[in-house]
This record gives sequence, structure tokens and C-alpha cells, in this order.
Amino acid sequence: MWLSPSESEALRLSLSVATRSVAFSLPAAILVAWVLTRRRFIGRTLLDTVVHLPLVLPPVAVGYVLLLLFGTRGLIGSWLERVLGIELIFTRNGAALATAVMSFPLMVRAIRISLENIDRGLEEAARTLGAGALDRFATVTLPLLLPGLLAGAITAFSAALGEFGAVITFVSNIPGETRTLPLALYSALQEPGGEYAAARLAVLSLVLGLGGLLLSEWFARRVRRILGR
Amino acid sequence: MLQVAVAKQLGAFRLDVQFDLPTPGVAALFGPSGCGKSTTVNIIAGLLAADRGRVVLEDTVLFDAQRRIGLAAEWRRIGYVFQDARLFPHLSVAGNLHYALKRAVGRRYVSLDAVASLLDLGALMHRRTHQLSGGERQRVAIGRALLSQPRLLLLDEPLASLDRDRREELLPYLESLRDQLAIPMVYVSHRFDEVLRLATHIVLMQSGTVVAQGGIGAMSLDRHLRSIIGPDAVGAIIDGVVLGRDFANGLTRVRVGRGVLRLQTPEMAPGTTLRVQLLARDIIVSTQMPRHLSVRNNLQGKVTAIDDDDGNSDLISIDIGGAQILARITKSATRELALQPGSPAWALVKAVSLRGHSFIAFHER
Repeated sequence: MWLSPSESEALRLSLSVATRSVAFSLPAAILVAWVLTRRRFIGRTLLDTVVHLPLVLPPVAVGYVLLLLFGTRGLIGSWLERVLGIELIFTRNGAALATAVMSFPLMVRAIRISLENIDRGLEEAARTLGAGALDRFATVTLPLLLPGLLAGAITAFSAALGEFGAVITFVSNIPGETRTLPLALYSALQEPGGEYAAARLAVLSLVLGLGGLLLSEWFARRVRRILGR
Repeated sequence: MLQVAVAKQLGAFRLDVQFDLPTPGVAALFGPSGCGKSTTVNIIAGLLAADRGRVVLEDTVLFDAQRRIGLAAEWRRIGYVFQDARLFPHLSVAGNLHYALKRAVGRRYVSLDAVASLLDLGALMHRRTHQLSGGERQRVAIGRALLSQPRLLLLDEPLASLDRDRREELLPYLESLRDQLAIPMVYVSHRFDEVLRLATHIVLMQSGTVVAQGGIGAMSLDRHLRSIIGPDAVGAIIDGVVLGRDFANGLTRVRVGRGVLRLQTPEMAPGTTLRVQLLARDIIVSTQMPRHLSVRNNLQGKVTAIDDDDGNSDLISIDIGGAQILARITKSATRELALQPGSPAWALVKAVSLRGHSFIAFHER
């Protein structure tokens, strides 16, 4: 292979963290996007703002907040560890959580745009054919949402691959557990004579990012053709 | 019977309608655009909740504001054909049809095969919805609605988005739906020619209220309807009965009221019901038994009313025994013939339009 053991380790870890991150955030993002588009309730603006906070906060601050909440003595972290035996801090699941929070607004945004474009009339038609709320969501809304869902997931995945600040603050920089590509790149730059290693990692990140974008474009085109738009 | 008595405020628009429709039958909600027809069907379908009132289909209360009953649309078993078809773009034609069939509850009275042959859907089954023409889309939408095995079918201007040729192409399908399935239908339209061909009953709406309602025969004489459809479309609609065929000239004898009309029609069995329209402008009135005339069709009767039509002409209602016809003549003719209610009159019919077709199957049920 072209990659050194530590490079391929960072690559595998990055992919694993990004996959988990998308898996964590996708269901929540669908729910939040649906609530924000379809429901009118008190606190809607507040929810909208909170969801978008990671876009405007320094990633380090997000990592710090996560540390406070999900750390071993944090409100949620201590409960998770005690009751479910889940440890987030210094683990790849923790890294996935941090990237999930950071990429959450991107995902919600993509799904929301897609939801707003769905013809509500189709859901009405499904109603008159005897489809209840869940049935309608699963058989009409969700399939029509698929392009937006995938666009959101791919964007979030790519963003998750590149997340640095929140990850290093929350779960530190542990080789083989939380040292993803950007963290490995940073570490390489810290070492004397690490420029070459850093450059290789940068190129690797570039290839990954390009691949993600191309994949997303290819998929969007395919879906458009199926739906005839 | 479908009983509707509902009120709904939508911004500045107020809907307040009340009508009872016999079932089975095809009731047309007829009126100018924006008079509340679509709002009314949405309330019947359950897609929109009325502020007050009741909607009852046969013995099922679908909506009752006072008793706080509001059956969800998905439980009403009311089929809905939307103006814009609303086919699911992620499913094929077959997928759309199965979607309805899978969710149908209760007695299944239409099968996929029956719908496919009734609406000629066989060749379309594997198409995607965006590969269909406007008329094909509506046929699929109608088929899909039928396969949900509805107790009532609502059609909201299903032909409005089609051009004239497509409309003509689709109308026969709707007629066979009416004649072969005997499913009660509420048909929304602002085009009188569609109503004439399909409806058995008309609810005439204007700015949120019902101004008149009744069977199509009685409604064809209604003055509110006259004012909406314009003078050239005014004329009595009569369901005649085929008596037989004249072998000498190949004309079909049709009984209307006490009289008999001789018409050019396709071969029809005696006893078949035939809807004819006698336009007021195509009728000549005589106070004597007409002789030496080329007009073959004349109906004897009595003048029952004389209404002012516009500045120059009158509309004369003539009772021809169990049926009324309308004739438009000039005011000076009314004076010269000394027409008044009770006068004997002969109506000479210059032209007869055949509207709608045999209703045999429909009437037998």
C-alpha cells in the first residue's frame, strides 16, 4: 500500500468516526428538521438557534461544552457511564459525538430544504388513500426526502472527516483511538521534519473530500433522473 | 345519501353550504371559480375541518362540530381525484395503484384488473409517472382513487388542467365509471358541458353559498343557473326513454314528457334512458298545430310561465306533460301570439343535443 501504518490507521479511524457521527445525527436531524418545518410551537426559534450554534461558536468552545456535559463528572456523561456503561471521553464514540454536533446544522439545513420542497399535496393524497401519519411518513415523505437526506449525510460525513477543534478538545489526540486525519496532520506539523508526512496527509484529506463531493453529485443526479426532474 | 351542512371561515372568505345528495348518483358542484367548491370537497374528504356543521355519508357521521366528531381523512374511505393528479413520483404507475389497493379496507368491489380495463391502464403499468401525458396521469389518479375502494369519490376539476382534446378523451372514461360502478361521486367543475354529460344532480354555488340544488332536469330550468351559463347554453335537459326505431328513416323514437322526438342516435334498445338537451334558442313556439313545415319534431303542451330573459326576448316555459321545456322568443312574438300562462302551445324543435348516454346499468341498481 502507499500509506504508512500510522496513516492508514488515521484514515480508518477518520472513516469510522465519520460513519458513527452520521449514524448518530441522521435520525435526530430528520426529527429536528421535520419539527422545524412542519410544526408551529413556542420555542421554535430557540430550537432553530440552538441547532445552528455550532456554526458560529469556536469549535473549541463546543468541545469544552461537551466536556462539561459528557465528561466523567458531567451531567449526562456520569449517567451514561453509570447506567449504560458508555464511556465517551477519550474514545472514538466521543470523537463521533463531537463531529456529529459540529456537522448537525449542515445536515438539518439540507434535510429542511428538501422537506420544504416536498409537495404537501402528495401527503394529502396518501391520506385520502388510507395512509396514517407514520405510514405516510415512511412511504411518501421519506422516499421523497431521500435526495436531501443523502446530500445532508454526505456533507456531514465530509465535514466530520475534517473536524478538528471540537474533537481535540473533547477527546484529546490519542493515536489509534481519537487521532483522526486532521489531528494526525496537526501532530505531524508539531514534530521537527514532519512537513513531508503532513503534506501526504493533506493530500489524503483532499482526495477524500473530493470523492465525497463527487459521490454526492453523482447520486443527486441519479435521483433526479428517477423522479423525472 | 350524503348530507353536508357546514360553515368555514377562511380569511375574508366565508363558506356556508347545505345540501343533500342522493346516492348513488353523480352530483356536480357547479359554480364560478373561487365560489368555494374545492373548500367544500376538502371538508367532505376531511382534509379541512369545518368550523361548524355536519357531514354524514349514509349512516356514518364523518364530521359533527357540536358532538366533536371528526373522522380522520385516512379513515373516511373517500376517494379523491385532485386537479393535479398528485401521483407519487417515486413510484411507477403500478406502484401508485398498489399503494391504494394495499391500504383498502372493507369490501373490495373493484379489482386491479377491472380498473385497468375500465381506464385502459394496461400499457401504462410500468411507466414512471413523469412519462405520462396529462390525460394519462388523470386516468391513473382516478384508478388509484377507485382501488382504495371508496364509499364516495370526489373529483375536483379533474379535467381542468387538460386541453380540449384530452378532455374529450377522458370524459367517456368518467361516464363508464358512473354507468358501470355505481359509485357515488361528487364532481367539481366550472364547465357546464362536463356537468351536462356526467351529473345527475347539481349543486349550484356562488360566493360561498348554495344558490340552488336539485336534479339536473329541474336545475336546467333554474334561473340562477341560467345567469351563470349564459343565454346560448340555456335549455331544458330531459331524460327521455327510447321507444323504438323507425325503419323507414333510421331515426330513434324517444319519449319526452307526453310527446315523442325522432332523433338520430346509435342503435339503442327500447327502454334505454337517454338524456337530451333542448336549447331554448332552438325552439320555435306555435299556438296552432303546425302543418306544412319541414321541422319533424313538435311537442304539444301548455305555457306555464313567461319570464323576461333580456330586453328583447322572453323565456317561455312549456309543460309537455311531465316535463318542462324552455323556448326563447322575442317579446314582440309573445305579444302577437298573445301568450300567457295556460295558453296551448306547440314547441317545434329545430335541434336536439344528446347529452350523456345510456343510464341503464346505473338506474337498475
